[in-house]
Amino acid sequence: MENMKLKLKVWRQGGKYTKPQFVTYDLDGVSDHMSFLEMLDVLNEKLINLKEDPIAFEHDCREGICGTCSLVINGYPHGPMQQTTACQLHMRHFRDGETITIEPWRSRAFPIVKDLVVNRDAFDRIIQAGGYISVDTGQAQDGNAIAIEKDQASHAFDAATCIGCGACVAACPNASAMLFTAAKVSHLAQIPQGKVEADSRVQRMIAQHDAEGFGKCSNITACEAECPKAISVEHIARLNRQYIASSLGSEKVVS
Amino acid sequence: MGKFLSSSIGQKVIMSLTGLFLITFLIVHLIGNLQLILSQDEGYSFNSYAYFMTNNPVIKLTSYGLYAFILLHAIQGTYLYIQNKKARGSQGYAVTRYRTAGESKNSIYMGSLGLVILAFIIVHMVQFWAQMHFTDNVGAFTAEGYEGAKDLYALVSKTYENIWIVLFYVASMVFIAFHLWHGFRSAFQTLGLNHKKYTPFIKALGWSYAVLVPFGFAVIPVVMYLRHQGIL
Amino acid sequence: MPFQSNVPPGELSDKWKQYRSSMPLVAPNNKRRLEVIIVGTGLAGGAAAATFGELGYNVKVFTFHDSPRRAHSIAAQGGINAAKNYQNDGDSVYRLFYDTIKGGDYRSREANVHRLAEVSVNIIDQAVAQGVPFARDYGGLLANRSFGGVQVSRTFYARGQTGQQLLLGAYQSLSRQISLGNVQLFNRHEMVDLVMEDGKARGIIARNLLTGETERHAAHAVVLGTGGYGNVFYLSTNAMNSNGSAAWRAVKQGAYMANPCFTQIHPTCIPVSGEYQSKLTLMSESLRNDGRVWVPRKQDDAAAIREGKRTGLDIAEGDRDYYLERRYPAFGNLVPRDVASRAAKTACDEGLGVSPTGLAVYLDFDAAIERYGKSRAHSLNEYSADDMRIRELGVAVIAEKYGNLFEMYEKITGEDPYVMPMKIYPAVHYTMGGLWVDYNLQTNIPGLFAIGEANFSDHGANRLGASALMQGLADGYFVLPYTIGTFLSQEIRNPMVDPEGPAFKDAEAKAQARIEKIMSINGTKSAETFHRELGKIMWEYCGMARNAEGLQKGRRMIRELRDEFWSSVYVPGRIKEYNPELEKALRVADFLELGELMMLDALDRNESCGGHFREEYQSEEGEALRRDDEYAYVSAWEWDDNDPILHKEELIFENVELKTRSYK
Repeated sequence: MENMKLKLKVWRQGGKYTKPQFVTYDLDGVSDHMSFLEMLDVLNEKLINLKEDPIAFEHDCREGICGTCSLVINGYPHGPMQQTTACQLHMRHFRDGETITIEPWRSRAFPIVKDLVVNRDAFDRIIQAGGYISVDTGQAQDGNAIAIEKDQASHAFDAATCIGCGACVAACPNASAMLFTAAKVSHLAQIPQGKVEADSRVQRMIAQHDAEGFGKCSNITACEAECPKAISVEHIARLNRQYIASSLGSEKVVS
Repeated sequence: MGKFLSSSIGQKVIMSLTGLFLITFLIVHLIGNLQLILSQDEGYSFNSYAYFMTNNPVIKLTSYGLYAFILLHAIQGTYLYIQNKKARGSQGYAVTRYRTAGESKNSIYMGSLGLVILAFIIVHMVQFWAQMHFTDNVGAFTAEGYEGAKDLYALVSKTYENIWIVLFYVASMVFIAFHLWHGFRSAFQTLGLNHKKYTPFIKALGWSYAVLVPFGFAVIPVVMYLRHQGIL
Repeated sequence: MPFQSNVPPGELSDKWKQYRSSMPLVAPNNKRRLEVIIVGTGLAGGAAAATFGELGYNVKVFTFHDSPRRAHSIAAQGGINAAKNYQNDGDSVYRLFYDTIKGGDYRSREANVHRLAEVSVNIIDQAVAQGVPFARDYGGLLANRSFGGVQVSRTFYARGQTGQQLLLGAYQSLSRQISLGNVQLFNRHEMVDLVMEDGKARGIIARNLLTGETERHAAHAVVLGTGGYGNVFYLSTNAMNSNGSAAWRAVKQGAYMANPCFTQIHPTCIPVSGEYQSKLTLMSESLRNDGRVWVPRKQDDAAAIREGKRTGLDIAEGDRDYYLERRYPAFGNLVPRDVASRAAKTACDEGLGVSPTGLAVYLDFDAAIERYGKSRAHSLNEYSADDMRIRELGVAVIAEKYGNLFEMYEKITGEDPYVMPMKIYPAVHYTMGGLWVDYNLQTNIPGLFAIGEANFSDHGANRLGASALMQGLADGYFVLPYTIGTFLSQEIRNPMVDPEGPAFKDAEAKAQARIEKIMSINGTKSAETFHRELGKIMWEYCGMARNAEGLQKGRRMIRELRDEFWSSVYVPGRIKEYNPELEKALRVADFLELGELMMLDALDRNESCGGHFREEYQSEEGEALRRDDEYAYVSAWEWDDNDPILHKEELIFENVELKTRSYK
């Protein structure tokens, strides 16, 4: 279909919209081959031609891997298609004449920069708290010195595919970032190199998660349902296990 | 330890452990209560069970633990509810359509369900526990070896003559079932007990538990009411 | 300005070893007193920032993204090369060096490439130690696959997300240094100018993208790891915000731009579907391990497919032309990218294209599905499996290997590639050209270094698959941390330039004036419109096939477009606020100059080599005709608004014999 008509209800905040609000735009001439973001490009091009303020939304790679795009579309983070980022969502999944509501991620820990753009620095700070293996460049032994069982490596990989987009927080009724935190903890805890500092890592990362003001996980699993990489809540269980064990079972005190 | 308990996971562990204790209690409670309808002996079995429960010092101690855990579960739950609302921020979504991965959607409403259940527990305690302990409305259970015991069976039987109370109990059990449906399995997940091989079993167990236990409780007032009406 | 390659003396295989042992060092207590600015947090910039932090330098790292993890290295799919020879298939450092030199069509510097091959093995070790979950075999050891242009299996990979995993490894190391206080992160900051004093690079002017304020940052050295400029073509596989501005700002300060016309057109991308298209999506080269490229043998069949009357499935085996296998039997579907791209263009030019636009060829997995299906059935002892079952098993194997790529294809095109053969077409992917650097990765401006895709040094006229990740990480982890000492050891006595001093104030005033100028035009056309028009000119005249006449025309058109831009661009919003349109306009303004230089460079190079194909210079079979006697040099351009000046660095090949590249 080459000429879809849409009604877009978009959250505007900042710039001339000193009072945050939804603004409704009518858009026609939308092709169903367009990606969702290309549809917004077309709208912005029209707004610019009218000398109006274009809608600010973040995006970069447009192939679902950089984790920059962050739209809640009709109530779903990254839109109605599961395991698909907003940039990979195509208009063929919408109906002609449909009203589409577009909102930013909503979380106290993700303050809004402008319109649909939020600040996700909290995620960087969680990784900085311990989401790494402490190895300096040049210290490494041969890559094949440690064998890692294929499935084990694959499970670690499943967690490592996190793109840091924040859809888990956006989807969680509690605005918890447990899936994000768990993905990194679980990735590193499942490989031998990462086990060395596993205890202090989980302690530090959870402390940072809590300090950022994210909510508490109540095992709803909305995060997994909306995660574009379908990262499983099993990793949260592993995180919990590690945290409980390192808090209660280990003699190490992590400051 | 303080750091652990105040962390987001620690707080959830409190919910999990108190929840698991309450789950265990429910089983014991159900087995005892089934005496109300299973042994049709004018309340002998039930009253003797009640006598045992109120006089055995170990059970008595446990019961104080139970009250404390109910309160702890409720207070901690309320605190988490408030914290989680705050984490979302002042501006919520205009459109919310929750999807979950393997959990039922009532997992989102555990707080509200809990509140209803707490209200039920208060009514329930006032109706039976408070009547027995603090009033003279309950007659004596006059069987050999049970000096000073009260005829709790008569109180229950009388209470369940009222159709509205029966319906209230049945409805409350539905809420409890929803709460348990998520709570049972969630308690294991919080403790990190998620395992490819065992989790399906825990899930199945949790779901059966969430259906069967509240069903067992709901059957009691219904059967007693129907017997009283002469239908059964 | 100095313009020497500074390649150390000695035998090729010993150069780096000897040089490393004899180069000047900076003592640990002095490192603490030296500040280094790194712009860009991709594989090169991120790795360098982390390593400098570990070494004890004071590092300031800048990215225009909200997080260092979003750099476009993240999107690299297929893998990373390393001469580990884990497969015992005859690989060696020399072979990797040779393949890279040959693959680059003999237009890169021998010593740099050999060093790259040497350190490639350390990269894998380092990444494994960081926790990068590379693919493994059943025995738990690292797995490999093959990429184009080579006959060994030396590519390490992490499903189709190798770039992501390697970048996250570097990002995590960088995060550790940030938490230790050794590195200061400036996210959402874009470099808008380079600050010079006494002919040396002394800092940068950065724009805080949240507030729009400009900031002055001083340092003893500036490193650019800002990636390539493929977005000059508007449509490319680069991320939307990838740009050439940091490098171009350096060029405007006197840095030389080397080989700007060397652009890699990647053969396997999802074809353009319409005018609104904002970017192109790559399908990893690894697919050519198993996919077979073909077009119909007859134009009638192709026309019927284009009109939607038939599909690829309707074309009988005998009516298909597996043209890569036919033309290049030795390498088949795994010829290098430039060769595969040109062959696709040739097929489509002959009217054999298979999409409505006529610009697509098939990448077919049918044979692989059958082959894997039979093998899997055999290993499951299902000797009497029927065709359906074999297909089912084969599809499962393909899904294990390329599942995420197939899903991505289906999401974008709406077609199921397990059933219908994929449609692909070449698209701009990588720029081999970049800032000219010497052996130390220093540009001709002392104190200014360029690493990763931002420099020109290692890939010549064509980059081999899985070599970009290798080069970015080699530069960041294992080369620059040593070679920067040659410059910084001389700077210990020099205090840092005062960011309040005239050099910085002038540079800041100039940067602000430029921003104000672009905002004050208040014309009628968006920056995006100009960018799209520029892209069309570039693709038409400086794309897969070029000729002198077209390049001259293209250059004229760009100049006209540039004049129009500076008189009629419209940028909404204000300067001192979050304003992505302003960011875009500033980048397009730079592309409008860079594009002209690319045309000029392509015009100068009267030969065909690698990604640079001049129609005037081809063999009778349509293969590239290189002219080593006249063009075995690196073109290093000094920018001038009217007539950029060409400097030549002669390429001396002492260890390989220059041959006509053959993959037949």
